[in-house]
Amino acid sequence: MLEKAIVMAGCAIGAGLALIAGVGPGIGEGYAVGKACEAIGRQPESKGDLLSTMLLGCAIAETTGIYGFVTGLLLIFVAPGIFINLL
Amino acid sequence: MNVDITGARIYFTIPVFGGIPITETITNSWLVMLVITGLCIYLTRNLKVKATSRRQIIAEYLVETAQKFVNENMGEKFAYYGPFIAALFAMSLLSSLLSLFGMYPPTSDLSTTMGWAILVFVLITYTKIRHGGIGGYLKGFTQPIFILTPFNILSEIATPISMAFRHFGNIVSGGVISTLVYAALAVASKALLGLLPGMVGQFLSNIPILQVGIPAILSLYFDLFTSVMQAFIFCMLTTLYIANAASDD
Repeated sequence: MLEKAIVMAGCAIGAGLALIAGVGPGIGEGYAVGKACEAIGRQPESKGDLLSTMLLGCAIAETTGIYGFVTGLLLIFVAPGIFINLL
Repeated sequence: MNVDITGARIYFTIPVFGGIPITETITNSWLVMLVITGLCIYLTRNLKVKATSRRQIIAEYLVETAQKFVNENMGEKFAYYGPFIAALFAMSLLSSLLSLFGMYPPTSDLSTTMGWAILVFVLITYTKIRHGGIGGYLKGFTQPIFILTPFNILSEIATPISMAFRHFGNIVSGGVISTLVYAALAVASKALLGLLPGMVGQFLSNIPILQVGIPAILSLYFDLFTSVMQAFIFCMLTTLYIANAASDD
């Protein structure tokens, strides 16, 4: 029983820690959007190009956050089963 | 109260080759394919040289938009990728939008997005080999210096994995957060309306009133915006990677 509790607690804490990965993309995307706003302010006629480029960049910057999220999902839904079977 | 977050449910298993499970992903993908095929057949009936019907104008607009997208991102010499990119976009968009109807979107299964990403990876490798030959393709791994070969191989493998996980993660995160908020709103409305005195509070606290409306705003972002965005980004990355594979660098 105690072992199971420790495994579950470890997985839950790990999932929480994995989601810290969301901080980086948040800051990065905010910076990118800010710069895009500046650029649109300077050259309003290039809004269409800037918008698609910015969204693409944001999507790529998001990748690390998504990795963290997938790790969190694995830790919550998959890892406890595997580790409890190992006990 | 329980929160139910599951993957694709398995309907039944075909007992060949050690059992092929038929899941919600497969049935819903076939549904999407049927819808797309039906839409194409409907839009392209009775085509005239000069568009007279509203249907034909919509069809022409869709085809021209897709072709323009491909021509802008890949150049004229890759114009034949237009139908492929359009099919990928339509499939991805309609699959993700299935969640609007409360059905399981096939794109929130890693198998679907991984399949597409591997398809794109094969196309990238094919384009590289066709453009530079086998020798050029292998030599590309040792650029700029020989020591970097393992890292080049890693980054080559990381391309399809990151594409698949990006699409999968965005759709799944929307589903998970929607489910959690939906469940939390039920608890919140029970606690909030339970504060009312007497029979009224007891009666009202059994009806999750807060669940009306608020999830729709979330759904607007997670279902509509994310679906369109991810379909666009997947196609954009596909075109860019394939066009980049054929460029001299």
